[in-house]
Amino acid sequence: MGIERREFLKTLAVASGSLAGVSSLKASNKTELNPDRFGVLSDLTYCIGCRKCEWACNEANELPNQSLDSFSDTSVFENMRRPTSEKYTVVNSFANKGLDGGALNVKVQCMHCEHPPCVSACIVSALRKHPDGPVTYNASACIGCRYCIIACPFQIPTYEYEKALTPQVRKCTLCLERTIENGQLPACVEICPTEAIVFGRRKDLLELAHERIRKHPDKYIDHVYGEYEVGGTSWMYLSNQPFNEIGFPELDDKSPAELTESIQHGIFKGFSGPIMLFGLLGIIMKVMKKEEENE
Amino acid sequence: MNSIGTLSYEKPRFFTPAVWVITGLAAVGLLSLLARFIFGLGAVTNLDNQYPWGIWIAIDVACGVALAAGGFMTAFIAHIVHGKGYKSVIRPALLTATLGYTFVALGVLTDLGRYYNMWHILLPKYWSPNSALFEVGMCVASYVTVLYIEFLPIVVDRFKGKVNLPGMLKTFNGFFERLLKILDVSLKKVMTVFIIMGVVLSCMHQSSLGTLMVLASTKIHPLWQTPILPLLFLLSAFVVGFAMVIFESLIASKSFHLKPEITVLSRLARFIPILLGVYFAAQVIDMVGRNTYLYLFTGSIDSIMYWIEIIIGVAIPFIIFMFEKYRKNPTWLFTGAALVVLGVVLNRLNVYLIGYTPLYADKPYFPALTEIAVTVGFISLIILLYRFFALNFPVIEDMEN
Repeated sequence: MGIERREFLKTLAVASGSLAGVSSLKASNKTELNPDRFGVLSDLTYCIGCRKCEWACNEANELPNQSLDSFSDTSVFENMRRPTSEKYTVVNSFANKGLDGGALNVKVQCMHCEHPPCVSACIVSALRKHPDGPVTYNASACIGCRYCIIACPFQIPTYEYEKALTPQVRKCTLCLERTIENGQLPACVEICPTEAIVFGRRKDLLELAHERIRKHPDKYIDHVYGEYEVGGTSWMYLSNQPFNEIGFPELDDKSPAELTESIQHGIFKGFSGPIMLFGLLGIIMKVMKKEEENE
Repeated sequence: MNSIGTLSYEKPRFFTPAVWVITGLAAVGLLSLLARFIFGLGAVTNLDNQYPWGIWIAIDVACGVALAAGGFMTAFIAHIVHGKGYKSVIRPALLTATLGYTFVALGVLTDLGRYYNMWHILLPKYWSPNSALFEVGMCVASYVTVLYIEFLPIVVDRFKGKVNLPGMLKTFNGFFERLLKILDVSLKKVMTVFIIMGVVLSCMHQSSLGTLMVLASTKIHPLWQTPILPLLFLLSAFVVGFAMVIFESLIASKSFHLKPEITVLSRLARFIPILLGVYFAAQVIDMVGRNTYLYLFTGSIDSIMYWIEIIIGVAIPFIIFMFEKYRKNPTWLFTGAALVVLGVVLNRLNVYLIGYTPLYADKPYFPALTEIAVTVGFISLIILLYRFFALNFPVIEDMEN
């Protein structure tokens, strides 16, 4: 009897949960981050713009590719490029107003936010934050709403619009299979000839970044991009030139997801809002009906 | 056609020249829809990685949901507050809401890259309570169900005591009559719960459609990007709910050669200046609080669009509906209601498209012809279905006498 009753209550809870939309049983599916999670530090002053990382990325992710030699072509720098569904990373070049002149090259890819708006946006949890850092995508769960692309503060995820049946959201994976599952380096980091991109524990990389700034205060601007932006990102940058001059968006220290999640949970915590409204309307209905009958 | 008084009222025929045109538009829309499912989103839309959402989301979904608000607003005023004299607008509003939401769901389905996975939102293992879109999806799915249940009595009324199947099927007549009777009795018992549920679900997802774009943070122009966007969406849904009822009722009267229902419509119109006032006050307070009024006079497209939205959709209708003589005049009533509807449509377009600026945009978004054809086709289908149900089901009281 007791079990039956409990079962009934459980069914009722699940039923009302599915009806009201937001589950109180699972108030938040925010990932507990591993304190030793990974990240990448990109020191723009080390980058020579060889674009080998682009080639290695294409290889590792089985994207359309060309010979390694063809990537030494710098004419692509004439236009600012963005990642596409067939290219998870691109390098853009900016005039360097810093100490040594020349060019300042910026590799663009998914930043793997600590509190990713795309994960918060995803309607079916197809995008998730891995405790070790990467933001992962599960195509078989995805319904293709593209809200993640709306939500991304860095305009990173891309979509296979040309595919009629099985389009996917495409973006850098932080080489999850190579790094976390097989202990290798991300393809782009492995090939980089100047150690402009370094893979490691996020906290160690932050230490390294601040040490470089400390040692060369005249060279670097005192800002590790990604340390705090939108609540922090796995991919971080060092530069000798203000970030807003080299294509980086100026962003708040808080993830936009924090605001929307607090709105959502503020209203719907344990369904209190909807249940109270339901009760209130029920009472109004009863009172007004009685009044009508009394007249 | 000897017409003195309403006694000799004759229902118009389904097809008129205008209806033929609308049927043509619907057909073109369906062809474009077919092309979308055969060739994919890229072939029929101008969507890209900068603009992942176009008019199918901004118009079919965001405007569709707002303009279908008449359903829960009339349910609230007539069934919950027991306001007197609103009976004649309940069923037309319910029909609009039912059709509106059906096509919101179809619009979403059309826009989804993997539409066949849509049911995933119902599976607990995929649930994502942090996502405002998850809540919108669940609420819309539930509300469509509630609307169909609320619509059932109209179907029961249509066939109760009149079941007359042809030929061999005649033997089932009795069975269907009994089924309708059971439905009739049981629906009356449970309807209260569904009516309240409909209002609650509506308030939830009308507001969450605003929360959706709060997550787009810096991409939305500050004139629209505000943490109270969910509240503004809810308040504007309240206003446009009543405005839509007035707007469609006057069109229906004209189209079906009926006398406009000025008494009940002007009664609804009384609420509009109050609701518009609250909506506008919330915007002003928010603007002062966040200093965004500075953007009002920059002369940018966004600031101009904001002014148009407020003048057309808020200021002018506010003035019109303040005066009783205008509320009782069908032309003014129609003008005011149409302006409110236009204002809310502009607002949703501003929030979802015009005020949306991708970080690295190299070209603006403008919908492809096929994209427009699908949207126009869906709207045409809604009109055709409304006409069909109005002519064949007990929806509009005056037509039944």
